[in-house]
Amino acid sequence: MAAVTSLGETSLAAPAVVSRGMQARRRRRLNLFRYLTFLIFGLFFLLPLLAMVRFSLEGSKLGTWSLSGWRQIVSYQGVGIPPLASAVEITLELAVITSVVVLALLVPTMIWVRLRVQWLARTLEFVCLLPLTIPAIVLAVGLFPVYNRIEHYSISALMLFWAYVILALPYAYRALAAGLNAMDVTTLSEAARGLGASWFTVIVRVIAPNMWQAILNALLLTSALVLGEFTLAYFLSFYNLQFELYSISRNTANATVIFSTSAASLMFAFVLLLILSYVGRRRRGRG
Amino acid sequence: MAVAATTQDGARPARAGRRPSVPGWVGTVPFFAYVGVFLLLPTGIVIWDSLRNTTGGWYLTSVSQLASPQVRGYFIGSVKLCLISSAGGAALGAILAYAVASGNPDGAVRRLYISASGVLAQFGGVTLAFAFLVLIGPIGLLLHASWYFDFPWGISLIYAYFQIPLMVLVFMPAIDGLKVQWREASENLGASTWQYWRYVGAPLLTPAFLGATLLLFANALSAFATIQAWENQIAYIVPQQISTSLSSEVGLANVNYADVLALGMVIMVAIVMTGYALLQRRAARWLR
Repeated sequence: MAAVTSLGETSLAAPAVVSRGMQARRRRRLNLFRYLTFLIFGLFFLLPLLAMVRFSLEGSKLGTWSLSGWRQIVSYQGVGIPPLASAVEITLELAVITSVVVLALLVPTMIWVRLRVQWLARTLEFVCLLPLTIPAIVLAVGLFPVYNRIEHYSISALMLFWAYVILALPYAYRALAAGLNAMDVTTLSEAARGLGASWFTVIVRVIAPNMWQAILNALLLTSALVLGEFTLAYFLSFYNLQFELYSISRNTANATVIFSTSAASLMFAFVLLLILSYVGRRRRGRG
Repeated sequence: MAVAATTQDGARPARAGRRPSVPGWVGTVPFFAYVGVFLLLPTGIVIWDSLRNTTGGWYLTSVSQLASPQVRGYFIGSVKLCLISSAGGAALGAILAYAVASGNPDGAVRRLYISASGVLAQFGGVTLAFAFLVLIGPIGLLLHASWYFDFPWGISLIYAYFQIPLMVLVFMPAIDGLKVQWREASENLGASTWQYWRYVGAPLLTPAFLGATLLLFANALSAFATIQAWENQIAYIVPQQISTSLSSEVGLANVNYADVLALGMVIMVAIVMTGYALLQRRAARWLR
């Protein structure tokens, strides 16, 4: 017995030392590789952004500095297109409306399917992820005649939200599904039902409050998507932020205002997503 | 076990008795109605219309336009751009994903890269084309690259800007799935770093890598904003040609032609995504 143990110990101890030596070397090499990678990719990702910010601060003469590009965000008026500020406003409104509709549509349906109609779960998932595989451009071609017809009644760009809800479905679905999976929906609902709650109460006052972080995630992702959307707005010729910027750049190729607005919208999206990553971390910490 | 069975059995009749009822699926009708009208209907319209000719007959003459050399050129352009940007993006993204994943799993670097990837993967809009225009375009601050307006290389570089972050996002779970124990086991058996990657790491990651590459391919295929802002005079890829045919300056929007091109895209994406789903299933075997 003793012999076996000591034999086992020596044979274990020897490679352990070797492998610790190897690991230290590997660690060093790995760290070198990591920092080099971060440096190169960091430059690749930062330089275009820095160039954009620098250009947004360009004065009337090349090489000078000025804040006029940033001031123009509120006042810029291109030829033959709506003022920039109105496009910004419409895009923000679209973000809010789209998020609300996505949540109103998806949250009750997903909870309901989880509780009562399990057999529809796969279909629901498939349908929600479908917009990932149908390019926005195909959707635009299909919606072209529809919107063309209703444009006769001069409908505002806010009507884009009908289609944006579809584009946001996959992202919202994934965020919400993660939230639903993190809790025991069946037990919660059985407890609530056992105490006499109606299905409405179960969904609105029991389950939904338990997944507010997932709901927030879905909200932020949807907003980020709407802020960056171009294809549908372009095809249906509604002036949202991206189409407006595109149109300005067609008229005046190097207007500083397009760079300041781009930089601002990008920073806004980045802040949204940063909030999201912190919210996600807190949930993990608590669970 | 028995308790659970009785509560279930006990609860069912009571509930059913209280409200003899509407079937459960009725609750999902609003959702499916919405999706039906705004997703399935438009897609259906495209497919339906592309199978008819302009006079309304059921001919495949419209679809046969797909075989014309001109149309084939746009599809070849699309495939070229998608191949280059997805292969390059996947390779570089995998390296970056590994560099990020091998650090502290709760560290600031990782959180920064993940949320930055989340933003940049979505950053395919016109803003991206602007950013590169002022970096390496004709008015570039870094250099005036003569190849900036070259198809497919110039635009592929720009596409890498959102393809690499997307790769980081989709490939990271696969790298996280590589267990430390496998590395330790192979080291204890005397394997070198190269041998570990050649015989353990690479075979494990290959399905996930190929799947992610296909996803990047589909992503590049449906991207439109960036290339349109990069160059709107010449149509290189299918979406641009769809755009030209719909917004014809003579006022004769050729909707039927656009439908046919869109059908071609749907078919391509369907093929790519089927491959993705199959590879994903294969890759899932090793994840947890």
